[in-house]
Amino acid sequence: MLNLLWLQSGGCGGCTMSLLSASDPHLMKQLSNNNINLLWHPSISEESSAQAIQILNDILDDKIKLDILCLEGSLLRGPNKTGLCHMMAGTSTPFIDWIQKLANKSDYTLAVGSCAAYGGITAAGGNPTDACGLQYEGHMVGGLLSEKYRSKKNLPVVNISGCPTHPDWVLITLSMIANDQLSIEDLDEYLRPKFFTQHLVHHGCDRNEYYEFKASASKPTDLGCMMENMGCLGTQAQADCNIRPWPGGGSCTSGGFACINCTAPDFEEPKQTFMKTPKIAGIPVGLPLDMPKAWFIALTTLAKSATPKRLRDSATSDTISNIGNKLDKESKDV
Amino acid sequence: MSNVIAGPFNRVEGDLELKLDIQSNQIIDAKVTSPMYRGFEQILVGKSALDALVYTPRICGICSISQSIACAYALENDQSIKVPHNGRIATNLVLGTENVLDHLTHFYLFFMPDFAKHEYESKSWYADIKHRFQAGKGEALNDILPARTNLLKVVALLAGKWPHTLSIQPGGSSKAVDKYEQIELKNTIRQFKSFLEDITFGTSLQKVLQIQTRSELLGWAQNNQSDFAKFVQLIEENELEDLGKVDLTLMSYGNYYQSAEKTSFSSGVYQHNKLQLLDASKIREYTQYSYLDNTHSGKHPLQNSTEIPSSLDDKAYSWCKAPRLDDQVIEVGAFARQVIDRQPLITDLHQYAKSNVANRVIARMIEVARIALLLEQWVDEFETGNAFYQALDLPDNFQSEGLIEAARGSLGHWIEVKNGKISNYQIVAPTTWNFSPMDDKQQKGALEQALIGTQAIDSQSVKIEHIVRSFDPCMVCTAH
Repeated sequence: MLNLLWLQSGGCGGCTMSLLSASDPHLMKQLSNNNINLLWHPSISEESSAQAIQILNDILDDKIKLDILCLEGSLLRGPNKTGLCHMMAGTSTPFIDWIQKLANKSDYTLAVGSCAAYGGITAAGGNPTDACGLQYEGHMVGGLLSEKYRSKKNLPVVNISGCPTHPDWVLITLSMIANDQLSIEDLDEYLRPKFFTQHLVHHGCDRNEYYEFKASASKPTDLGCMMENMGCLGTQAQADCNIRPWPGGGSCTSGGFACINCTAPDFEEPKQTFMKTPKIAGIPVGLPLDMPKAWFIALTTLAKSATPKRLRDSATSDTISNIGNKLDKESKDV
Repeated sequence: MSNVIAGPFNRVEGDLELKLDIQSNQIIDAKVTSPMYRGFEQILVGKSALDALVYTPRICGICSISQSIACAYALENDQSIKVPHNGRIATNLVLGTENVLDHLTHFYLFFMPDFAKHEYESKSWYADIKHRFQAGKGEALNDILPARTNLLKVVALLAGKWPHTLSIQPGGSSKAVDKYEQIELKNTIRQFKSFLEDITFGTSLQKVLQIQTRSELLGWAQNNQSDFAKFVQLIEENELEDLGKVDLTLMSYGNYYQSAEKTSFSSGVYQHNKLQLLDASKIREYTQYSYLDNTHSGKHPLQNSTEIPSSLDDKAYSWCKAPRLDDQVIEVGAFARQVIDRQPLITDLHQYAKSNVANRVIARMIEVARIALLLEQWVDEFETGNAFYQALDLPDNFQSEGLIEAARGSLGHWIEVKNGKISNYQIVAPTTWNFSPMDDKQQKGALEQALIGTQAIDSQSVKIEHIVRSFDPCMVCTAH
C-alpha cells in the first residue's frame, strides 16, 4: 500500500471537487485499485483536529511512511514572510512550515493544480499574500522549496497544473507512481506530466472546421472559432481537454468560452483582457505554437476566401446551419 | 476548565479553527477563526471589469458557479431586464445543479460520516450507519459519487466544465441549447431524480414535499430505509434539535430568476416572527475583530475596502470580516431560505425548535427535492431557436451589486468600476455571515452563538463536529 497525504492551502478546493467527479470507477475505487491508502484528505477523511495533527506528526517522526504528498493551493508566504496568511488550524504554525517539513519525508511530492504548481490565481494582481508554488513562482524556478529540492525518489515536485485539474490528470499520475513508472522523462519543461501536456487544447476542439476556414465567433453563443476575436488560447495551451472530456462530457470551448491556458505558469496574468483577442494591424497576437507568422497570415487569407457559406453563417450564429441542405445549395452555387 | 483550540476541521471546505472556553463540561465561549486569507478583493482592483468573471469563480471550488453568477449579475447592473429568457433558464439550471450537488456532497461526504465515529459504537443503529456512511469507505459512496458525476452532464452541456466556467456572462449564457440537447438534459435530470427517489428519499419527490409537519416527518422516516430517513431516525435519540440551536434573524436574497424581478425562492428577512422585505443597503461589514485593516469598519461594502494591515491586531482572531444587516447577526443557508419561502415542513420545524443541527440538515434535503423538480421544469421552459445571450454595453463607470443564493446561503458581490477598471470589489459569502467573528459591538456570529452553551467534555466532542458541519461551512469563501 502507498500512503497518500493530501493537504490544502491557498486555493479554492476546486481540484478536490473535480477529483471527486472521477468516474468509471469512482475516486475511492480508483485509489484502492492502485493500492493507494488515503492517510488523510481534508474533504474525505474521518479524522479531524487532534487526530489529524497526530497523523502529520507521525509522518514527521517516521512512524508513518509518506509515499505521496499532494498539495492543493498555493503557498502563502505573506505578510512580510511570516506565513500568517495561512496558519494551519489547530497548530499555531504557518502552513508553509508544515509543508516544508513534510516535503522532506515524501517519496513523491505532487503539486495539484496551477496554484500549488506555480502560484496560480492567488498570485494574480499585486499578489497581496506573496503566494507562490511549491517549486516555481510563475514560470521561474524556485518557489517555497528551493530549485534543488528532490523528493526521496529523487524527483522535483511534479506539477499537475490546471485550474482546476482534470480528475484523470491526477489519477493517471498517481497510477504511474503506483506502478513505479513515473520518471523525469515523463515530465515536460515545467515539470508537468507529459501525457496531458503533449496535446494542445486545440486538438479535438469541435470548432476545428471553423478554425481551418477562419470562420470566427464574434460574441458569446456564436459557434465559430474563438481564436480571432474571443481570446481563445486553445492553439497554444498544452492540455488534452478536448481529447479527454471533462466530467459530464464537456470542455471550455464546447461550453462556448475561451480557453485561458490554465495549465500554464502565469496564466492568471495574461497582460491583456481574457476574453478579447489582442491584435496588431488586425492580426491576432499570439499565434499557434510553432507556426511561422507569415505562413499563418497567408493561410488565413486563403482560408477566409474559401470559407463555405455554411460555416460563415454558423460561425456568428448560435444555431448550426444544416449540413445536408447547405451542401446541396453550395454545390448548386458552384 | 480550559481554553482549547480545535482544528483543522476537515470535511468542511477550506481550513477552520475554533477557540473554545470549556468549563464544567460546557462551552462558555467560542471564537471562530478563518485562518486563511488569499486577497481576492485586492487582486481584483485594477482589472478590466469583465475579467472579474475569470477570477471570482476561483474564490471557491465548491460554489464556483454561484460566484460566477453573483459576478455576472453585478456586471449586468441595471440591464438585467435585457437578459433573454433562455439565458436566465440556463443560469438557473447550472446554479440549481451546483446547489443540489453541494447539498448532497455535504450530506453524504461531510456530515453523515460523523455518526460512524467510534463515539457512537454502543448505539443500536451504529453498525448500519457505519456500513452506509463511514468516511471514505461507506457503501453510499458507490451511489452518490456516480450520481454526482452523472448530474454534472447538465453543467458540462451548458457550462463546459465544473468547477470554473466562463459560460455565465452578463447578458446570458455563452452556450445555446438546441432541441436535441434539450432532450439530453431532460434525460440526465430524470436519471438524477430516480437516484433521489430510489436511494436518497425512498419515495417520490412529490411525496417528500407533501410532508408538512415535524410529526409527519418523524412518522414517515419510521417506515422508510432511505438515506434521508436514516438521518431523520437519528434526530430524537441524539437530541439533534437541541444541538447548535440559535434563533437569529434569517435572510435570503432570493434565488432562481424566472423574470428580471421574480425568483423561484423568495427573498426576504425573517425577524421577530415576521417576514420583512430585504433592504440590502443596510448591510455593513465590521473589522474590529478581523485581522484585516480596520479603517472602514462599519461601512457598506461599496464604501468598504480590504487591506492587510502592517501588523495584525492582538484582539483580532479571524481573517473574516463580520457582516451585519441593520446591525443584526444573521443566519443564512437552506434553512433560512426555506423559512422565508414558507416551505410548509421547514416553517413547522422553525416554529417547533428554531434553527438547530437537525433542522439545518432537513432544510437542505427538502431543498434538494424542490430543486430537482425545478430542474425538470426549467428544461421544458427553453425556447430553442431563441437567443440565449444579449450583448450588453457595460458603462465605463458604475457601482453595482450582484445578490444570489449559493447552496450555503446569501452571496453578494459589490463592484465599483472607474474608466472600465475595477476600483473596488467586495464579496460577502454565505459562511462570512454564519462564521463571522464578533462585530464592533461584540455581537458574536451565528456559529459562535450556536456553540456557546453546548455540553462538551473537550474540543474533540463529536457534538462540536455536528454543530460546525450542520452549517455546511465553506471556509475558502469566508475570508477569500
